[in-house]
Amino acid sequence: MEAHGVSLRGLRKRFGPIVAVDGVDLDLPAGKLIAFLGPSGCGKTTLLRLIAGLESPSAGRILLDGEDVTEVPTHRRNVGMVFQSLALFPHLSVGDNIAYGLRIRGIDRGAQRRQAEELLELVQLPGVADRHVSALSGGQRQRVAIARALALEPRLFLLDEPLSALDAKLRESMQVELRLLQRRLGITTIVVTHDQREAMTMSDLVVVMGHGTVQQAAAPLAIYRAPLNAFVAGFIGSTNLIPATIAGAGRIVCMGREFAVASLPDGIATGAAAVLSVRPEDVVLHPPPASRPNGLGGRVAFIRDVGASIETHVDCGAVTLISVATPKDRLDVDTVPTWKRSCRRRLASW
Amino acid sequence: MRRAGIGLVILFLVAPLLVIAAVSVNEKKRLLFPPHGFSLSWYGAIVAESEWLDPVLRSLGIAAMAAAVAVSIALPLAYFLWRYRVFYAKALFAIGLIPFALPPVITALGYLIFWSSSGWSGTMANVVLSHGVFLVTLPLVTVSLGFEGLDPALTEAAGTMGADDLQVLRTIVLPLILPYMVSGYAFAFVISLNEYIVAFMVAGFTVETLPIKLFNSLRYGYTPVMASVTVVFVALAALIFGLVARFGDLPRLLGALGPRER
Amino acid sequence: MRRGEPPRTLRQHAALVYPGAMLGVLFLVPFAIMIAVSLYHRVEQGFYEPGFEFTHYARFFTSFFSDHLLFSLFIAALASALCVLVGFPFTYALVRLGRRAQIPILVLLLSVLSLSEVIVGFAWSVLLSKNAGLSNLLVWIGLLAKPLAWSPSFGAVLCGLSYLTFPYTILVLYPPLSRLDREMVEAARTLGASPARTFATVVIPVLRPAILAAFILGFVFTLGSYLTPQILGRPQHWTLSVLITDQAIYAANIPFAAAMAMFLTLVSLALVAATLALNRSARRTP
Repeated sequence: MEAHGVSLRGLRKRFGPIVAVDGVDLDLPAGKLIAFLGPSGCGKTTLLRLIAGLESPSAGRILLDGEDVTEVPTHRRNVGMVFQSLALFPHLSVGDNIAYGLRIRGIDRGAQRRQAEELLELVQLPGVADRHVSALSGGQRQRVAIARALALEPRLFLLDEPLSALDAKLRESMQVELRLLQRRLGITTIVVTHDQREAMTMSDLVVVMGHGTVQQAAAPLAIYRAPLNAFVAGFIGSTNLIPATIAGAGRIVCMGREFAVASLPDGIATGAAAVLSVRPEDVVLHPPPASRPNGLGGRVAFIRDVGASIETHVDCGAVTLISVATPKDRLDVDTVPTWKRSCRRRLASW
Repeated sequence: MRRAGIGLVILFLVAPLLVIAAVSVNEKKRLLFPPHGFSLSWYGAIVAESEWLDPVLRSLGIAAMAAAVAVSIALPLAYFLWRYRVFYAKALFAIGLIPFALPPVITALGYLIFWSSSGWSGTMANVVLSHGVFLVTLPLVTVSLGFEGLDPALTEAAGTMGADDLQVLRTIVLPLILPYMVSGYAFAFVISLNEYIVAFMVAGFTVETLPIKLFNSLRYGYTPVMASVTVVFVALAALIFGLVARFGDLPRLLGALGPRER
Repeated sequence: MRRGEPPRTLRQHAALVYPGAMLGVLFLVPFAIMIAVSLYHRVEQGFYEPGFEFTHYARFFTSFFSDHLLFSLFIAALASALCVLVGFPFTYALVRLGRRAQIPILVLLLSVLSLSEVIVGFAWSVLLSKNAGLSNLLVWIGLLAKPLAWSPSFGAVLCGLSYLTFPYTILVLYPPLSRLDREMVEAARTLGASPARTFATVVIPVLRPAILAAFILGFVFTLGSYLTPQILGRPQHWTLSVLITDQAIYAANIPFAAAMAMFLTLVSLALVAATLALNRSARRTP
């Protein structure tokens, strides 16, 4: 069995009348990078702060490496954390920021200095130890915050929206860098993010949060390919969600017609209401007539051509379906008022 | 037009001070404007005549200690309020704001009655303590402003790196609050230096502070030392506030948003 | 360090003991004693003895004291109104200067604010005097035939009080004006309003609570002036603060002084409470 870096048991946190985290049970594998993903207000940051000990839970237990740390205060948990604002100490130099934890432990100045320099090497920012924090660029500050969080060789590395302050290009390269650093160190890492692309890029395991609970926890592609519910399907990537009814084995009814599907989730009864999720890249456009299997007729309402991909909005009565294709699949849509859909698709029940 | 308006108001503020500065350099002991002759002897007299030097030194001593008392009360109160936000701390904070919301004669009369019924009256310590509590509003406001501006993530970050509450206080909170403590001290110091009515009611007949000395001699007529000592005190106030502006963010202290908050 | 949670142990309350004791003993207790003394019985030629009577409050309504009260309120309102009238456009211009240019002006304002009333009174008495005043300058230029004494007079008291209150008014107006959204002003300009019209139709209405607050706080501040009316005015210009001190120190009638102080407290607190209420209702309707 895989070792668990973090285990959460029935974790709840309420702020007055608001329940931020509502009964979370989760086992996070040691040495992996885990992303807490969800929209703002879903409880992901609160969950991270509970793990760090910055909030005390209303109910439930927190275990680090099998040890119950629920009652252990933050400063004895040995977790390294990168804050959304980075929280670099403005009255200390870069080196003193990184060495802060060592200084608290009473390690001598010389060793503090050496370790700070080594950590700066690690984050590819050598020779800035004596600079003032305000003299650094956004990306450099980011690296200093990461180096500082790793200084005490923590058993858990936590990052709260660490890249949100960076511009898009720098963010993408930092994602890759952070991932490589984590692999090299093999430290159990949790990243809180609202950016699904960031979560997909970096993590071994994605925990999708919504309304204070875990909606789904799985590998990034598994979540993309097999979302457990409409919330996850809608949040991860874009998708077409169509109300449907189960008609029997491998058959569903939607928009008054019967369609064949490859597989249905277990334990779903005939006649039950469901939501059909079809990824836009699985929607293929064909010229009329719409006589193919699983085909649906419609009218092109809008085309978003951004060069690398072409997105077509098709109005087919009850719903508007979105299709995404590469320029190679480009159709002369002016002459193609109807379209067809291929058979690959997924079903999401409520 | 806008600059002319600002200039006119500044002229109004500066005019009396300019006239005082001008008459302070009169050669003779008479009050003349424009000044006749030029002499700095009335500035020398501040130091040479113990009649003036004593109240000056006394006022400086009282202000230095009273400001320290004010900061010593304000700091733990502001810290507690920032840390816990419970109603009794808020109530105590509000009490700390009252002295400045009332005409000072009220507080002064309260002290007069209090000290005379305490049986321990007329000493410099009374003035220091009275000023310390009376002026607590200033450091209370500046230090609270400092705490409000403190990013909570800073103390949390220190916590994740193993610092307990006391270490966080010593290594993060106090160094970052220090500029606000200093400016609160400076404000209280300057106001105490110039305060009349509380000092007068607490120990006006035994502890002669500079404002009391000035008013007393004003009643008996004019002497040019009054002008020279006034110039020195205005210059001292300007110097102190100039230093606060030099080492702190004066617009933010006075309630404008910081450059980053804009 | 977890913030915002209520303190649990007695040890966590340690920080509150000293400030609580100082403010309690040296502010609340004197205040409470003063309330008690205002109801005590006065002993002629001596101090007072415990009692419970409203005679001192009743005496307050004789015409001599109520005239002084009315005069105090009148001149305080006038000086404060003058300060707001000049101070508001001044602060508006001030905050639109660069931060760097603001600083020397703020230092000047703070220096004037901190000046002792004695110094301000003395400075104005010289400025308005016959021997060394402004009138000499006007004679020198040729605008005036011979120097005049402009002090003591009502105008001199008003000048001195306005001078004392002005920096205070600015410091009350400074935060809201410097936080005023500049884009709102710019929006009015793009909609065709001249700077003057923008000021009148956008800036003033938006900041009406701040203007009222500055007026009321300046009013309370001016009400407390003690030396200015004595230095720059005649006895009929003396304010309530002067009378309180006179009764307490020179007439040794402390219960009566305390009663007057209580009255002044109630007036001031009511006005401050009104200011807070105004600010709160203004915050609810942004």
